Amino acid sequence: MKKKLGLAALFAAFAALILPGAASAASISEVSGLVGEKTSELDMVWVAVACVLVFLMQAGFMFLEIGFSRQKNAGTGVAKVLVNFAIVTIAWWVLGYGIAEGGGNDLFGTSGFFFHFDQTIGQGEEAFNVAGPDAMLMLYGLAFCAVSLAIVWGTTLERIKFGAYVIYAAVFGAIIYPLVAHAVWGGGLLSDIGGKPVMDFAGSSVVHLTGAVGALAALLLLGPRKGKYDASGNPRVIPGHSMPLVGLGVIILWIGWFGFNGGSTFETSGSFFGEVMLNTQLAAAAGVIGASIAVWLKSRTLDVGMAGNGAIAGLVGITAPSGFVEYWAAPIIGIFAGFLVVYAVLAIDKVLDDPVGALSAHGLAGIWGTLAVGIFASPRLIVEGAGPGIWYGVFGDEPLGTALGQLGVQACAVVFTFVVVFAISIATFAAIRATIGLRVSEEEEEAGLDISSHGMYGYPENFIPEPEYSTGLPSTMGPMATPAPAVSPMSTTESA
Amino acid sequence: MKKIEAFIRHEAFEPIRAELLDRGFPSLSMLEAKGSGRQKGIVEQYRGSTLTVNVRPKLKLEIVVEDKDKPLVVETILKHARTGEVGDGKIFVLPVEEAIRIRTGEDGEPVLQSHSEEEIPA
Repeated sequence: MKKKLGLAALFAAFAALILPGAASAASISEVSGLVGEKTSELDMVWVAVACVLVFLMQAGFMFLEIGFSRQKNAGTGVAKVLVNFAIVTIAWWVLGYGIAEGGGNDLFGTSGFFFHFDQTIGQGEEAFNVAGPDAMLMLYGLAFCAVSLAIVWGTTLERIKFGAYVIYAAVFGAIIYPLVAHAVWGGGLLSDIGGKPVMDFAGSSVVHLTGAVGALAALLLLGPRKGKYDASGNPRVIPGHSMPLVGLGVIILWIGWFGFNGGSTFETSGSFFGEVMLNTQLAAAAGVIGASIAVWLKSRTLDVGMAGNGAIAGLVGITAPSGFVEYWAAPIIGIFAGFLVVYAVLAIDKVLDDPVGALSAHGLAGIWGTLAVGIFASPRLIVEGAGPGIWYGVFGDEPLGTALGQLGVQACAVVFTFVVVFAISIATFAAIRATIGLRVSEEEEEAGLDISSHGMYGYPENFIPEPEYSTGLPSTMGPMATPAPAVSPMSTTESA
Repeated sequence: MKKIEAFIRHEAFEPIRAELLDRGFPSLSMLEAKGSGRQKGIVEQYRGSTLTVNVRPKLKLEIVVEDKDKPLVVETILKHARTGEVGDGKIFVLPVEEAIRIRTGEDGEPVLQSHSEEEIPA
């Protein structure tokens, strides 16, 4: 704020120089009003840039998951992301934004449904009427909700029924994510625990842990892919078909994360977003290094997919602390997340079939990131009422009790997120399983979701050598013109 | 007429094809094949876990020639496909009953290899 006033004074002085006699009290307040307006618009331009970067992360999830799938399940990943993105948008506009940001009580917001211009949102002193900047922030909130939803489906690749996306996306965008966002960011339960707020800068818990817990609920009811475990229950490797696509997905996510964390400043004041973005980069880099070392120690090779998982884990880990820690802490957070993701993927793989490592990279790294705030949060950067990280209690002269209290508050966020998201998600998936069914038939799984759910192949030439002869077009080519059956018995040419 | 089927390493194909063409045997087929033999499978690492692929990729070469040409073709294949290591592959020789050129309907040994007496349109 100091900076803004200083700028206003400068403007006023400038105006006084070029307009003799105009430097009255009235014109100073006019100029400072103008500066305030322009600053607010500049803030929203930054949020708009960040928002688009976060939307781009949908492409990152798309490629990451397609790369980790087999060729027969490549096209479905595209349809999944598009349909989820669309449904979550409408759900957020109708209900989700209101529950997350619409004032209300400790548990949910009560205004802002069917978001529209000049609508009154919030109660009492905090009430406001919707204008341009609120639309920008509403859209930015949607981008986060959509990322969280995209994380859910990582565990469900290659066997889930398409209808499950449609139903869960609506529930997730309207209720599940908004409840958690309200608790932490919307003035709800977790914004004041015994006087201390949970500090989750961009959503290690709110976005990433939420998505991963939804993923766990889905996976528990869905079960592993056919052939993932042998007769004696040992995990078998089902390699994804394209490491280049995985790499493209990772880099797109990485780039998008600068909007995710950097944009969560919501303002350009002091260019603080620069600090946040540097923290983000340091942790991502350390995540790659940590995971690469860990997987090399384990298998004496540098696994391509694990290096990518390391980047994601580092980014998830720094998401909550990115606005609260000094630069030196970011690589520590990242490298630990990188180690964590490798050992967690290997441990989880023994019992749960998580093809992309979502439970580890988003869930465990999300928990780590949330707790890391309680360890490394700098007294310079913490929000009002919060305690610094225990690092500053042990090695600095901050009161250790306050620091431990804050770590406890951070743990509350983890527990709250897990309980709320898991309860609603498992109920939703159980309802889906009891009605339309959650999993495709064994035959459809064998044939691949591309042909069985969408009637086409993501890579037609790999399955039908001359696709133009099998489309039923008039032809003199005899038997070759016979249309392909809707579900081809593709088991013999399975790319595994 | 004999059909010669040879399972070979990928890198052996081009020298064999070139030499057979030189010696007057332009007609052959080549298929991507996978198989197992005395050579062990491929051990891959994926996300920190080990994956063993028990069949290896090979090429299958199919050439049909007159009985008298068989030794020449077999010798050419042996010359280029042999490295002395396990995994060089195998050659099988099978009798062929008939051979018919689809374009003209003519049959017998003349359709097998030699194209010298007629003009081949591009």
